[in-house]
Amino acid sequence: MSEQTIIDEIKTEENLVYKKPEALKDTPFHYCPGCAHGVVHRLIAEVIDEMGIQSETIGVAPVGCSVFAYNYIDVDMTEAAHGRASAVATGIKRVLPDRLVFSYQGDGDLAAIGTGETIHTCNRGENVLIIFINNGIYGMTGGQMAPTTLENMKSTTTPFGRDVSVMGYPLKITELVAALPGTQYVTRQAVYKPGLVRKTKKAIRKSFELQKENKNGTCFIEVVANCPSNWKMTPVESNKWLEENMLPFYQLGDIKTPNGRK
Amino acid sequence: MSKLKLMKGNEALAEAAIRAGCDAYFGYPITPQSEVLEYLSREANKRTGMTVLQAESEIASINMVYGAAGTGKKIMTSSSSPGISLMQEGISYIACAELPCLIVNVNRGGPGLGTIQPAQSDYFQSVKGGGHGDYRLIVLAPSTVQEMSDFVKLAFELAFKYRNPIMILTDGALGQMMEKVELFEQQPREDIITGWETIGKPEDRPSNVITSLHIKPDKMEEINIHLQEKYKKMEENEVRVETIDCDDADYIITGYGLVARICTKAAQLARDKGLKVGVIRPITLFPFPYKTYFDIADNVKGILDVEMNAGQMIEDVRLAVNGKIPIEFYGRMGGMVPTPEEILEALETKLIGGKDE
Repeated sequence: MSEQTIIDEIKTEENLVYKKPEALKDTPFHYCPGCAHGVVHRLIAEVIDEMGIQSETIGVAPVGCSVFAYNYIDVDMTEAAHGRASAVATGIKRVLPDRLVFSYQGDGDLAAIGTGETIHTCNRGENVLIIFINNGIYGMTGGQMAPTTLENMKSTTTPFGRDVSVMGYPLKITELVAALPGTQYVTRQAVYKPGLVRKTKKAIRKSFELQKENKNGTCFIEVVANCPSNWKMTPVESNKWLEENMLPFYQLGDIKTPNGRK
Repeated sequence: MSKLKLMKGNEALAEAAIRAGCDAYFGYPITPQSEVLEYLSREANKRTGMTVLQAESEIASINMVYGAAGTGKKIMTSSSSPGISLMQEGISYIACAELPCLIVNVNRGGPGLGTIQPAQSDYFQSVKGGGHGDYRLIVLAPSTVQEMSDFVKLAFELAFKYRNPIMILTDGALGQMMEKVELFEQQPREDIITGWETIGKPEDRPSNVITSLHIKPDKMEEINIHLQEKYKKMEENEVRVETIDCDDADYIITGYGLVARICTKAAQLARDKGLKVGVIRPITLFPFPYKTYFDIADNVKGILDVEMNAGQMIEDVRLAVNGKIPIEFYGRMGGMVPTPEEILEALETKLIGGKDE
């Protein structure tokens, strides 16, 4: 029996345990080995498939490594200026209130240049989902300090470590937006372990469901992520570093749930 | 019969937005244009269901416009000079992504925080592409409250015809002053979906992407060539200009917007003194009516360009005339408005009176 025949015998519908989601395009990911973006993109696509919402979902891509999110996630998408994704999402949602709108943003985008838009989008309670990838560094521009860079963490612009007396403190913007009455679901997740990947997917699904069911405000998911290339580590080392350094400061779990509301 | 109404320029413009079937307005208060946001907040939603949202900044406003305009609906914003400066990055994105929308600049005196009085010092910013990159807006310059209303409808027509942002460039005086206006009939709010919009992907088409990012330079050059071809079509088809008493004129006074009206009065004063003076009023500042000036230059002795700035449109007038005849300038700055008498004096001393050198 030839090798091909064996493969063909295995490749049957009943043996299928894993496949590319329909809502992912065929474009191979350009992300670095070990990067979390590909995982989170896939989770969004899986949720879109499972909920059958491809035709009603509109995404907003940021500036940063995931600027090309629209090359992967197969829904209508708009590419926003740096920091403005949540304002762009607001514009879309306000004129198409029955669509499911999400923005996908990194830490520099969402928590530095776009802080104003982030706070006010959440404070207005825009019925959108904001997905926030926090790897503590500017990835695309090559590893500069981000608003979320940890104290003493090295970057190309904090080569001796972030000195908080000079550079200020890492910003917990997720806790900040959770304090606003406009948000209904705020959670912090990670995707460096299979169990956490499943939890992040549940959070994404829950957010889309809430957006579909009610108009009670913004859903906000932070994903604490690694950046092996700019942290100058292997993927495995970066995951370990994330667990030991990022997670004590950026603690995982729900910060605000709809049930916690009056 | 249609009814004449007495309205402020800003309010006529806001009323026209409702009547043009505008779907959404995103804006931020700034003098002297806050009446647009106020009027729409009061009137729009209850009458047509139009969305009106006060954003947290002009930066957020223009990016809301960018998002909403990507759905193919009729979207607008308005502001005044400092606020328009803040919007420039977003306008550049919108121009590159080829989204139809309307941006209104009720120009006030600058630079900096400047003054809240009327000015025309944003001509360069509006006409030459105020943000980064090679792009153009069609720029309409109303000179009456009537045109503040009429040009809103025209702007949306042009925005969708060319998939391009359109600017109405007016000033604090036209925004604030009351004048009679005949409003056009209410147009329906209707979606004009032609296939490029990000509205949710049906099964039978690939997903749509609105972006201004084309990282490969050959592709980005293609986009630029396409945009330039579009701007050329605008130059061929959309030039609008008014000429007043130019047929027998020996001299021309030229200005746009509010200043054109003052120039017209100055020309009448000149005619009263036996001087044959005509007026050229560009209505579109881009595309600029170069040919009108070029042709008239063969029959007149000189042109006085009048602006409420240090001399910006004069560069286009000089380009148009190409050295055939003398061009002189009279301007007031910082929110000052020239009088007809000042303009007549400038005409007589700078152009007619024979210069010493």
